[in-house]
Amino acid sequence: MKPAAQALDKRSLVDFYRQMRLLRIFEERAAEQYMRGRVRGFLHLYIGEEAIAAGAISTLEPQDYIATHYRDHGHALARGLDPKVVMAELFGKVTGCSKGMGGSMHLFDASRNFMGGYAIVGGQLPLAVGLGLAASYLKENRVVLCILGDGALNEGEFHESMNLAAIWRLPVVFLCENNLYGMGSPVKEVFAAADEIYRIVEPYHIPSSQVDGMDVLAVREAMEGVVGRVRDGGGPYFLEALTYRFRGHSMADPSEYRSKEEEAFWQKRDPVAKHRQFLLANGIASEAELETIGQGVEEQVEEAIRFAEESPDPAPEALYENLYANP
Amino acid sequence: MPTITYREAVSRALREALREDERMYILGEDVGAYGGAYAVTRGFLQEFGPRRIMEAPISESAIVGTGTGSALGGLHPVIEIMTINFSLLAMDQIVNHAAKIRYMSGGQFSVPLILRTVTGGGAQLGATHSQSFEGWFASVPGLKVVVPATPYDALGLFRAVRQERDPVVFVEHILLYSTRGEVPEEPYVVPLGVADIKRPGDQFTIVAYSRMVLVALAAAEELAKRGINAEVVDLRCLRPLDIETVLQSVQRTGRALVVEEAWKTGGFGAEIASQIQERAFDSLDAPVLRVAGADVPMPYSRELERAAIPGPAAVVQAVETALGK
Ligand SMILES: Cc1ncc(C[n+]2csc(CCOP(=O)(O)OP(=O)(O)O)c2C)c(N)n1
Ligand SMILES: [Mg+2]
Repeated sequence: MKPAAQALDKRSLVDFYRQMRLLRIFEERAAEQYMRGRVRGFLHLYIGEEAIAAGAISTLEPQDYIATHYRDHGHALARGLDPKVVMAELFGKVTGCSKGMGGSMHLFDASRNFMGGYAIVGGQLPLAVGLGLAASYLKENRVVLCILGDGALNEGEFHESMNLAAIWRLPVVFLCENNLYGMGSPVKEVFAAADEIYRIVEPYHIPSSQVDGMDVLAVREAMEGVVGRVRDGGGPYFLEALTYRFRGHSMADPSEYRSKEEEAFWQKRDPVAKHRQFLLANGIASEAELETIGQGVEEQVEEAIRFAEESPDPAPEALYENLYANP
Repeated sequence: MPTITYREAVSRALREALREDERMYILGEDVGAYGGAYAVTRGFLQEFGPRRIMEAPISESAIVGTGTGSALGGLHPVIEIMTINFSLLAMDQIVNHAAKIRYMSGGQFSVPLILRTVTGGGAQLGATHSQSFEGWFASVPGLKVVVPATPYDALGLFRAVRQERDPVVFVEHILLYSTRGEVPEEPYVVPLGVADIKRPGDQFTIVAYSRMVLVALAAAEELAKRGINAEVVDLRCLRPLDIETVLQSVQRTGRALVVEEAWKTGGFGAEIASQIQERAFDSLDAPVLRVAGADVPMPYSRELERAAIPGPAAVVQAVETALGK
């Protein structure tokens, strides 16, 4: 058993399962709502990548910041945002976590220091640097978790941000979700050092490593070390989590550019099934217990959909609200 | 009243802000030991130290993004983009991030970011270094755009900008730094969104901002000698825009001309002209005129650069032609 597993009590280990199940079911239901035309715009599903959000975010403190990309439902839910307010945001309702003004790609929650999902590839990177700068300037005990895709590595802003984080030794963890594709572009075709992505930060003297992003306990273990080190003033860190998205880039993508063999290879490593297997094999939870958890999550998501359906649209006046603090 | 330069006014504004606001810091390229490309922050590093006066690498996008992120994290950044020409490299962070986070988050977050930059041509710096993009920024909901023309306004407007919780683009003009003007020792504030009649008149309204205010004033002097009494309205802010003061002036004079340094096509002057005709059409005795920068990349040649930037003669000529003189 991994040290991370040994250090965790039954409740925490089972909770990873509950959380990943929630992320999975939430998105499966969100996809259905998209097909029914109730969720519009781009809807980027995180299905297949749940272990990263669950494992990584479990290592943060409430005061820590998260800035992420547009594939953000999983990160928001793992941070503890109520599925109701996330679903309501997908529905564009006033009860949504961004009051219906952001949508799926732009989830925000100030009360959880969830500083936003950002839909311009790489845009969140300097914002995370700035959050780190603020924490360091104000001598606050905060770590910034900045989540990015493999596609962001190719933006100039990525390099600008690594350099700034490094020269100022800021408390930022850059967590790269390498799902092997940016839309339809395989990393190995668009990125020169695709086999060792995590080494991209070496010229900036930022320490880095790679972790199996399909294994929640591996992510948890790696992130515990990383977050501890960054919190203790070790400067920024870059962690690459290897993963795979089981669905298309967004609901609009029929995903025709990946081979069946490749998909099957990764499906076998489904993080939710894997953790379930772990719990059962080690006698940490029974089939019945996990079944009950699954049902609970289903009900929670159904309730979230009901809440979103029944919630009102933003009032017409909201069109001009919140543009300026002081108009 | 004591006279100081525009540069001194901006320096004073920054210095007093840094002294009074512990959460304020300056971040930009060469703002430290070098003292700022236009010497605005000379001596600041010695006075405030490297924590408050932060040297940045040549990374415009990350500089603005860092400023925005730090504002989300509770700081009050003053970001310096060396000149407005380089803001193009940070356009995404300014337009897609700083300007939108408040709205997209349903008002949960504010971005009290002050972005100082330098606009304008006239220093023979050629096509890449002589542009005027403040009008572009003014078309972005979520930003505020401040364009002082005098030392008095630069100091007073900056004091107002400090009170803001929203991102503000504070635009200084390269040729104004050495101009002088009266600035009282006593504290005063120039509120945002209030235009200023820099010269009263009753026969023609000339609308301008930034350095073109000085051009308009020189033109008005000349026109006065020729018996034409022009009023000069300094917008001072492009967003929020005080169109009421412009409209009231046009109602008095019946005629208007907008002068701006930016390219004419799609320029901010078109916005002003359009609003005048929409809202004061009945007061107009003639079409609203525009004098603007030539629609070309700025030439290096001294004579051609002069021809490309509006000067008093062009304004005088436009007014006289309109009056049939
Ligand atoms: C600056 C920018 N360019 C292009 C896009 C369009 N786009 C959206 S997602 C995406 C792929 C990003 O891939 P990656 O960073 O690997 O994240 P993933 O979707 O795989 O999670 C692209 C090209 C964008 N949103 N922003
Ligand atoms: Mg990817």
